[in-house]
Amino acid sequence: MHGTSILEEADRLMTVCNSCRYCEGLCAVFPAMEMRRSFADGDLNYLANLCHGCGACYTDCQFSPPHEFNVNVPKTLAMVRADSYAAYAWPRMFSGLFARNGLAISLIAALSVAAFIFGFAALDDHQVLFGIHTGPGAFYRLMPHNAMAALFGAAFLYAIAALAMGVRVFWRDIGEPSNVLADPPSLWQAIKDAGRLRYLDGGGVGCVNEDERPSDRRKIYHHLTFYGFMLCFAATCVATLYHYLLAREAPYPWWDLPVLLGTLGGVGLLIGPLGLFAEKWKRDPALVDQARAGMDTAFIAMLFLTSLTGMALLLARNSAAMGPLLSLHLGVVFALFITMPYGKFVHGIYRFMALVRYAGERHALVRAPAD
Amino acid sequence: MVDLTQRYDVLVIGGGNAALCAAISARRAGASVLVLEGAPKFYRGGNTRHTRNMRCAHDAATEILTGPYSEQEFWEDLLRVTGGETDEELARLMIRESKDILGWIVEQGVRWQPSLGGTLSLGRTNSFFLGGGRAMLNALYLTAEQLGIDILYDAEVLDLKVDNGMFLSAELRRDGGAVSVRASTLVAAAGGFEANIEWLKQYWGEAADNFLIRGTPYNRGSILKMLLASGVQQVGDPTQCHAVAIDARAPKFDGGIITRHDSVVFGIVVNRMALRFYDEGEDIWPKRYAIWGRLVAAQPDQIAYIIFDASSRNSFMPTLFPPIEAGSIAELAGKFDLDPGQLEKTIADFNAAVRPGTFDHTILDDCRTEGLSPPKTHWARRIETPPYYAYPVRPGITFTYLGTRVNRQARMLMQDGKPAANMFAAGEIMAGNVLGKGYAAGIGMTIGSVFGRIAGREAAQNARN
Repeated sequence: MHGTSILEEADRLMTVCNSCRYCEGLCAVFPAMEMRRSFADGDLNYLANLCHGCGACYTDCQFSPPHEFNVNVPKTLAMVRADSYAAYAWPRMFSGLFARNGLAISLIAALSVAAFIFGFAALDDHQVLFGIHTGPGAFYRLMPHNAMAALFGAAFLYAIAALAMGVRVFWRDIGEPSNVLADPPSLWQAIKDAGRLRYLDGGGVGCVNEDERPSDRRKIYHHLTFYGFMLCFAATCVATLYHYLLAREAPYPWWDLPVLLGTLGGVGLLIGPLGLFAEKWKRDPALVDQARAGMDTAFIAMLFLTSLTGMALLLARNSAAMGPLLSLHLGVVFALFITMPYGKFVHGIYRFMALVRYAGERHALVRAPAD
Repeated sequence: MVDLTQRYDVLVIGGGNAALCAAISARRAGASVLVLEGAPKFYRGGNTRHTRNMRCAHDAATEILTGPYSEQEFWEDLLRVTGGETDEELARLMIRESKDILGWIVEQGVRWQPSLGGTLSLGRTNSFFLGGGRAMLNALYLTAEQLGIDILYDAEVLDLKVDNGMFLSAELRRDGGAVSVRASTLVAAAGGFEANIEWLKQYWGEAADNFLIRGTPYNRGSILKMLLASGVQQVGDPTQCHAVAIDARAPKFDGGIITRHDSVVFGIVVNRMALRFYDEGEDIWPKRYAIWGRLVAAQPDQIAYIIFDASSRNSFMPTLFPPIEAGSIAELAGKFDLDPGQLEKTIADFNAAVRPGTFDHTILDDCRTEGLSPPKTHWARRIETPPYYAYPVRPGITFTYLGTRVNRQARMLMQDGKPAANMFAAGEIMAGNVLGKGYAAGIGMTIGSVFGRIAGREAAQNARN
C-alpha cells in the first residue's frame, strides 16, 4: 500500500481523524484532510509538511494514547515529514545526510571552520592574521573580496539550486500542477500564513509543549529566529549593494544600515534559537520524533553559532582577535549555506509550499459550487 | 497536595462538564471546592470527552452561529424530542439560562468554533467546541486549577453518608483503605450508569452483553445508586437509554463518536435472518439518528447490517472501519454468515418495490418503495451496482435517563418531596428532569453547563449559611 510503515500509520490516523473531525478548527491539516477520502503517499507528505507541530490536536484528542486507538498526529506527521526531507533531497546521494543529521551537520561545520582557520593560517602572513585592521577593506586584507564573494556566492547558489530541485520533487510528489505556484492570491495567503505562523498556535491559544497548558513561547522564539535570520540576510544584501553600487567596503560603522540590521538580526538569532532549544528540551516526549531530534538541534545550533560568531566579530573587529574570529564566522556561515538543503532548514521551504497549495485548495473550494 | 482532613465548602463528585462548571461557579462564589473524578486523568470528564457542541438559545447570529435561536423555538424542539416528557418549569429555566452560558463558558476558557463539516444542519442552533469535548474539558480543568480548586483523579467514592436529606461525608477509596471526606455541601455530577452492564441487564437481560458503550468504562452510576438508596427522589425511566447504531467492530468502551454510522438512509438494514425490520427512510439526520440503536437492540443477537452499493459509497462521511466489500450479494452474505438466498431475496424484493424519484438525501425526497413491508419511505434506490458493501452494527449506548429529581436551585428533592438540606445535582445524573426521553444534539451539554453553574452557585451559598 504505502512506501513505509510510518506512512501506513499516517494513513490509519487520517482515516480515524477523517471520521471525527473535532480538530478541524485547530489548523490547516484537518481541513485539508477533509478534502480527501483516501490518502496516497503524496497526500500524506503534503499533510505532514502542512503540520506545524503545535501539538494541540494531541492534547485535544479523546483517542490519543493510552486510548487503544493510539492517535498521535503531531509525532507521526513529524516522522513522515523528516522522511520526506530525505526523499526530496537533491542530489539523491546526499539524502543519507538526513539519517544522522546531527552528526553530519556537526562534522561538516567542524570541517568548514577548520578549513577556514587553516586557510587563513596558510595563506595569510602571521602578522596579518593577528594584526589590527580597521577602516574600509579591513576584512579583505585577510581574505580578498573577490575570493570571498566567489566562494560564498557559489555556496549560496548551490544551496538555492539544490533546494529548488527538492521543491520540484516535492511538488510532483504531492501531485499538484505548477500553475498553483503562479497564483498570486495563493502565494500572498501563504506568505501571510507563514509570516505570522498562523498555524503554530493551537487554534488561537498557543502551542502545547511540556503539558496541556498552551503558550505562545514557541511561536515567539520562532519569530525571533526567523526574522533574525531575515534581518541578517538583509544586512548581507545591503552590504553587497554598498560594495558594488556605492563602492563602499566593509566593515561599516556601527550606525550604518548593514551593521544595524545585522546586529538586530543577530540578537534575534541568539535569543530565538536558545528559546527554541529550551522549549524542545522541555517538550513532552510523546510529541517528539526522538530519532530526528539531532536534526532540529543541529539547525538551531548552526543558527546560534552563526549569530554568536558574527556578534563576536562585530565586538572585536578592532582588535587582534579579528582575524581568527573572521575565519571562525566565515567557517560557520559557509557550513550553514552548504548544509541548508540537507538539514532542518528545508522545513521552512516545504511548509511554505504546502501552505501555497492549501491556499489554492481553499480558493478552489470557495469557487466551486457547493454540492 | 490535597489536604483531605479539611472540611470543604463544596464537594463535587464527577469530572465532566457539569462537575467542572459547578466547581468553578462555586469557587468563583468564594467556596473552597474539592472535585473527585473517578477516572484516571486521561479519561477524565465522562461523556464530555466525546461531545462536541452545546445547544444554547440566542437572539441574534454570532460569529459562529448562523442565525437566532429563540427560547420559544428551543422549547418547541425540546417538546418534540421528548414527546412532552419534560418538567416545563426546569426546562424553561434551562433554556433561559442557556443564553448566558454562551458567554459564561468562554470566560471559563472554552473556545467556540462554527459547526463542523457535515453538521451544517446544526450551524444555527449549536455552538461547537474548538478542538472538541476534550479540548473543552482541558480548558475547564485549567481554569479550575488556576482558581485553586482541588482535584483528585482515580477518586472512587465507596459510600455517601446521608442523614435525612443531609449530606455528611463521602468515603473515598485511598491506598487500599478508605478515608472520609467532609464537606458542607455536595454537588453530584457523576453521570449515569451506561457503562454498568450488570445494571443494564436488569432491564435488557442478556442482550446487554452485546451492547457497546460509547463512553468510558467509568460511567457506572454508583453515585446515582447511592443517592437513590439514600432517599432521593428518582426521575426518568430507569429502563431507558440513548442508543445509536455503531460499528460492531468498535471497542467495548469509549469508541466515541467515530464508530457511529450515518449511512442507514443510503441503503437497507437487515438483521441476522437477512430480513429488513424498519423503514430506513423514515426521517432525516439528526432527528432519527438515535432510533437505530434501539431498533438493533431489539433484533436477534443485537446485530444488524447496513447494506448499500457502489452508487452510495462516497455519499457519506468516511468511516473509521471500512465497509465490507463483495462482488455479489451472495458473497456479501457469506462474509457475515447470513443466508445468501434470503439476502438475495430481500434485496430483490426491495429493488422491485422501489418507485422512480429524484434522489436528494438532504430533504425528505420522493424516492420510496411501494407494496413493501416495512416500506422505505424516502431515499429508496435500487441496490444493484456492484461492488456491494455492508457495515455490521450494534447498539451503542450513550447515556441512561434515570436520575435524581431536582428543583430550580438544582437542589435534590427527597422522596417525600422536601428539598435536600445540602445536596445538589447537575448534568446527566439529573438530565431526566428536562429530558424524559429522546435527544436533541448538544442538549446534554446545555443541561450540564446550566445546572452545573446553578448547582455550584447554590452550593456555595448554602455552605455560607
